[in-house]
Amino acid sequence: MLLIKGGRIIDPSHNIDRKADILIDRGKIVEIKSSISVKGAEVIDASNLIVSPGFIDMHTHLREPGEEFKETIESGCRAAANGGFVAIACMPNTKPPNDNPSTTRFIMEKARAANGVKVFPIGAITVEQKGEKLCEYFSMKQEGMVAISEDGKSVMNSGLMRRAMEYAATHNIPVISHCEDHNLSGKGVMNEGVYSTRYGMRPIPPQAEEIMVFRDIALSELTGCQLHLAHISTASSLFHIRRAKRKNLKVTAETAPHYLYLSDDMLYTYDTMYKVNPPLRSRADVMALRKAIKDGTIDCIASDHAPHSPAEKEVEFDIASFGIAGLETSVGLILNLVNEGVISVKRAILLMSVNPARVLGLPSVGIASGNDASITILDLKKEWTIDPLKFQSKGRNTPFAGFRVKGKAVATIVSGRVLYSEL
Amino acid sequence: MGMPKVIKKGSFNHKDLVSMEQLSERDIYLILDTARTFKEISLRRVKKVPALQGKTVINLFFEPSTRTRTSFEVAAKRLSADIINITSTASAVVKGETLMDTAQTLMAMKPDFMIIRHSYSGSAHFLSRIVSASVLNAGDGINEHPTQALLDMYTMREHNKKFEGLRVAIVGDIAHSRVARSNIIGLNKLGAKVLLVGPKTLMPYNVEKMNVTVTHNLKEAVAWADVVMMLRIQLERMTEGLFPSIREYSMLYGLNKDILKHLKKDAIIMHPGPINRNIEISPDVVNDERCVILNQVENGVAVRMAVLFLLGGQQRVNLE
Repeated sequence: MLLIKGGRIIDPSHNIDRKADILIDRGKIVEIKSSISVKGAEVIDASNLIVSPGFIDMHTHLREPGEEFKETIESGCRAAANGGFVAIACMPNTKPPNDNPSTTRFIMEKARAANGVKVFPIGAITVEQKGEKLCEYFSMKQEGMVAISEDGKSVMNSGLMRRAMEYAATHNIPVISHCEDHNLSGKGVMNEGVYSTRYGMRPIPPQAEEIMVFRDIALSELTGCQLHLAHISTASSLFHIRRAKRKNLKVTAETAPHYLYLSDDMLYTYDTMYKVNPPLRSRADVMALRKAIKDGTIDCIASDHAPHSPAEKEVEFDIASFGIAGLETSVGLILNLVNEGVISVKRAILLMSVNPARVLGLPSVGIASGNDASITILDLKKEWTIDPLKFQSKGRNTPFAGFRVKGKAVATIVSGRVLYSEL
Repeated sequence: MGMPKVIKKGSFNHKDLVSMEQLSERDIYLILDTARTFKEISLRRVKKVPALQGKTVINLFFEPSTRTRTSFEVAAKRLSADIINITSTASAVVKGETLMDTAQTLMAMKPDFMIIRHSYSGSAHFLSRIVSASVLNAGDGINEHPTQALLDMYTMREHNKKFEGLRVAIVGDIAHSRVARSNIIGLNKLGAKVLLVGPKTLMPYNVEKMNVTVTHNLKEAVAWADVVMMLRIQLERMTEGLFPSIREYSMLYGLNKDILKHLKKDAIIMHPGPINRNIEISPDVVNDERCVILNQVENGVAVRMAVLFLLGGQQRVNLE
């Protein structure tokens, strides 16, 4: 038995915000009361801490199968626990991609052998992500797949995307869209703006994202398919998302912590740690996104954890891989925004726990008797420095190295098992 | 004007020359003044001074280049440095070695300077962070080509142009030109006015924010300018759909006899080379007395000598 004592429980999904103890037995929450004492129970002292339903990173790249030198399912799960996540959803763009039931099953089996962090595979939209032929969504769902996405690219053929969304809707599978018009982004490596002009780098216009956001919202309206827009980075995309929400379409959206902190002017050193797709946008976009996580236009924050080995990053900017390893920095960066007054702690929990679970349709989350005991404990006061050398992830590629943040996930509990704790 | 015969250590406080962005107005004038002193050396019977004797220079060229590579080589040799040429076909790059590994391998041989030409923007900055040698950017992707801008500025000055208020028109593919970008940045620092000429497809986004004006009309620009700088048009831009045909490009943005009628008598025509005759510039324009293309090449050696000297500036050297 595990007893979490004295914490402030915040669970917006059950409208809870109060101090209470939580008793956990055999992986389930058995009691929530102002004061519980049980002989022989393992006790976690959560006084002055926040007890939240477990954080879920709905956009992670685990690199296995195929690029195990960058990350494995096992190392990614360790990184997740270290970063405060009880569950992660992994994108299909591995080598080979997760485009068939046996690959989905392989991921589930590997995940079962890992530390206990829950892994929810996301399947590809098309076979080999070639944009030609639909995958067997139904059979993949039976193996544990929770959503489909062509992450890393867009399905450029709008006719095919329509059919994919119709077929996914048939089986109640959400579609997660990576929005990028590849003819517009071309060989670009940074946001198109004053700074791409000044720094002499090939540009990616914000319209490459905006156009696909608009297209996929239109297709969601046409097909009735649940659409989730991944890693939104521009103010212009927010305009279309707000419009879709006003029309009550089944559209949700996510952004990543780096789009809430970093902007394209920072690329003056040509440091490849800042190379990410979609690219870091203007300061005005950063401010617009900070507003959107507060007002609810953005539903979720996901890390877009994209681990790379030094060989992919310690090269010329043009040929460096896109991506930031974010599993172990995301929660700290978002709690830091809470401390800066950008969002409330309740909103942070919605963005990183409650809403991702809703979008992916995950069962019985939240702090209530009888529910699975997956909990993240937060220390809003803890100040720490981001140090990639302390990552459990194999990927140390982060532009946040040396960043001071206030707020940290201090314990990660999955189905009653303490996978990470500094308490 | 009093030229410094002796240049003191520390007067040029840079390890590398990777961009015009990094230079102050004072730095630029120091380079131009130093180059004037060095230009004379190339006119001597014995074209050599011992300024960089015992120093090793590596010319690391990952893109084909004749004039820039040769110019650096001549400059280094006239300063008595030992120079080694490495071109992409000759180097290990084709075997899959990364720039990082190449740089570290070469550094083990203790060079004092590394001159890099590379097709990716920011490569010189990248190299300068990983090696202790002085890095000179000989062109990085579509970003910068600082010694070209410096030799262009030297040539303008030599033709009695004062930078304050000087009207410079740069014509052609601005978006993909490191020559244009370095000139825009440098000329701005010295107070010149820059006008860019070309179709919108060849202009970078919001380039006006770099304190320049843009026109699509070559005739107007030529009539306005004290300096007309033509850029080389890469024929691959046509296949990328940035302009429809050579014929139409040259009709709109080629410098020919007819357009030349509008050019001021004391204006000069420049081109970083190599030229596409009959595309951006017609043969009669090349032969016009206002065309200073060969002066640019000559001055390139002096400017590169000055830059090598200033970056290596450990010793006091009497140039007399």
